[in-house]
Amino acid sequence: MSGVVDSIEDQSPVAGAPPPPETTANIMSLRDAPLYDGPVVALADFGAMSNTAAVRIDPGDDVRALLPHLAGLRLIEVSFPKYRDGRGYSSAQILREAGYAGELRAVGDVLIDQIVFLRRVGFDSFAPAAPLDPSTVVTTLARFPFVYMNAADHRTPIWTLRHG
Amino acid sequence: MYRYDQYDQALVDARVAEFRDQVARRLANEITEDQFKPLRLMNGLYLQLHAYMLRVAVPYGTLSGTQLRMLAHIARRYDRGYAHFTTRQNIQYNWMKLEETPDLLADLATVEMHAIQTSGNCIRNISSDQFAGAAADELADPRPYAELLRQWSSFHPEFSFLPRKFKIAVIASDTDRAAVQLHDIGLQLVRRDGELGFKVWVGGGMGRTPMIGHVVREFIPARQYLSYCEAILRVYNRFGRRDNIYKARIKILVHELGAEEFIRQVQAEWAEMEPRGLDAPQAEYDRIVAQFAAPDYDRAAPDSLDRSDPDFALWVDQNVHAHKQPGYAIATISLKPVGGIPGDASAAQMDLIADLAERYAHDEIRVTHSQNLVFAHVRKADLYAVWTALNDAGLATPNLDLVTDIIACPGLDYCALANARSIPVAQKIAQRFADLDRQHDIGEIKIKISGCINACGHHHAGHIGILGVDKKGEEAYQLSLGGSGAEDASLAKILGPGFSEAGVVDAVEKVIEAYRAVRSGPRERFLDTYRRLGDAPFKAAVYGAVA
Repeated sequence: MSGVVDSIEDQSPVAGAPPPPETTANIMSLRDAPLYDGPVVALADFGAMSNTAAVRIDPGDDVRALLPHLAGLRLIEVSFPKYRDGRGYSSAQILREAGYAGELRAVGDVLIDQIVFLRRVGFDSFAPAAPLDPSTVVTTLARFPFVYMNAADHRTPIWTLRHG
Repeated sequence: MYRYDQYDQALVDARVAEFRDQVARRLANEITEDQFKPLRLMNGLYLQLHAYMLRVAVPYGTLSGTQLRMLAHIARRYDRGYAHFTTRQNIQYNWMKLEETPDLLADLATVEMHAIQTSGNCIRNISSDQFAGAAADELADPRPYAELLRQWSSFHPEFSFLPRKFKIAVIASDTDRAAVQLHDIGLQLVRRDGELGFKVWVGGGMGRTPMIGHVVREFIPARQYLSYCEAILRVYNRFGRRDNIYKARIKILVHELGAEEFIRQVQAEWAEMEPRGLDAPQAEYDRIVAQFAAPDYDRAAPDSLDRSDPDFALWVDQNVHAHKQPGYAIATISLKPVGGIPGDASAAQMDLIADLAERYAHDEIRVTHSQNLVFAHVRKADLYAVWTALNDAGLATPNLDLVTDIIACPGLDYCALANARSIPVAQKIAQRFADLDRQHDIGEIKIKISGCINACGHHHAGHIGILGVDKKGEEAYQLSLGGSGAEDASLAKILGPGFSEAGVVDAVEKVIEAYRAVRSGPRERFLDTYRRLGDAPFKAAVYGAVA
């Protein structure tokens, strides 16, 4: 089934292993490429630092300000200070619609029960404030076998399955 | 009627499994009530004053006999033998046990029903005209478009954490029986140059800041209405206020931006989104429309009616509407017996209505936003048998749109948000006006009662609206006049200082007696008298002779 992941790369700390770089601790990735772990600047500071490869979008930011610069970016973090604030879903969807193919990371109050929606709007890595159990993430992402509508993950909507 | 296919069923089944898992985690204390709350709310489960309340979606208010029988079973098995139909065409159970709710949802799923998105800050149940597919004045059945909206909005990834809840209603005639102008999005099916499309209102709503929607588009082709709604929702999700729960509905965004600027933003967003293939393929429209094909009418059904039983004739005159098919009629089942709880039905009543629907009404029941039920397709020749059976079960009160046909929210008897009780006020008003001759003399008048400012009882849209408030620890009631949720939508205006529970019943009677004294004739409705004369005669009647 398209869009259903088989496994999650668990990058949470392992006992006895050397500590990972602080920026990628507790980050879960659904990407094939390695995680970006360089410095991240807020969108407001981005203009003056055009050589940066990573930007953070906060809920009140107009993500469209970033669209002319997508080609130079490797990571866009979208922050979720509260899971209830759903502006980050539109930010992510707009970035993917604009063709951004780099890492898109949901950061903050990222809960297991939001992860299906986050995945669908194009997030491919997650930095939850409270760690998520990787096996639960796999189960959760596989729970709903079909989707009704188009979104950034390009899963085939039911109406296409129905009519070929 | 729409029937699930394997895809619809798989999603509802998956949701049941997910919720069963979430409830198990809660019961095992693996998650806190705070963490559980958003999960249960996405499944329509509220924690009320005395117990959990579960709201089950009735998409566009349409049920089959099998589905209604299941709702009766649930009332018996999981509740206290009754349930409550709501102003958004849903049904609520008030005495739920958390540990039983997964089984309940599994039962519902066996009849293609669910509680998905009946609460939470997401797109809620899509409502529609209870006479859809039967009304003589409609362009086409609006429900296929409501069903497509249901599917498009179910588990929508971008719009599941909106600033606030979001309600959409769809109609297809100039007579508005679904209060579309008081919804976040109201859609009316219209035809232009031979093509079907929608007139679109945005930003209507009740709550503490009632507003009538703005027309944001006179015509959007039906083949593009999903992407257009998607553009509206995206503008709202990005820019709707999140700093204050009472200013978070889309109506406030439209108001603060101004309709013109809001429309400009939606157009700009739609220009981006429309080419992205967000609309359903024509084959999907055709598939759904075919499922709402007209029932197999009896073409030889006689168009005449034996009115020799005067009680039956009274019910026909008040509760029966014209049908587009000769020989057929639309019958409304009043859930407003005098002294009863508006919108409540017992399990036995639901079973009986399901039986009658299967036998006489092409197996369809509709829920109305006025908390009544409807048989949309009844042969006139069968009306007497239907009435007789309903009458025996206390379901043939001939009071549709009369003074005792009151909308009331659950109020402080059940609801954790309420400031005052609604149900006893409705009961006392109904008792005061119980005399049927008096009700008929008064004519059409819509009384709507909310137990708090959230306005679930639609008091802003009442010809007479009553709002329960908390006045220094006492329940008190404000009276408003002149609202309408119909095509002539208007917001009721507060008449003056508030009342006690007994006082508000007296005040309603004074208002109605004043109307009878000043109306131009028996055919002038209360609302029209109010609009002609303003509130002066009513103020004088209620508060005494002041300027």
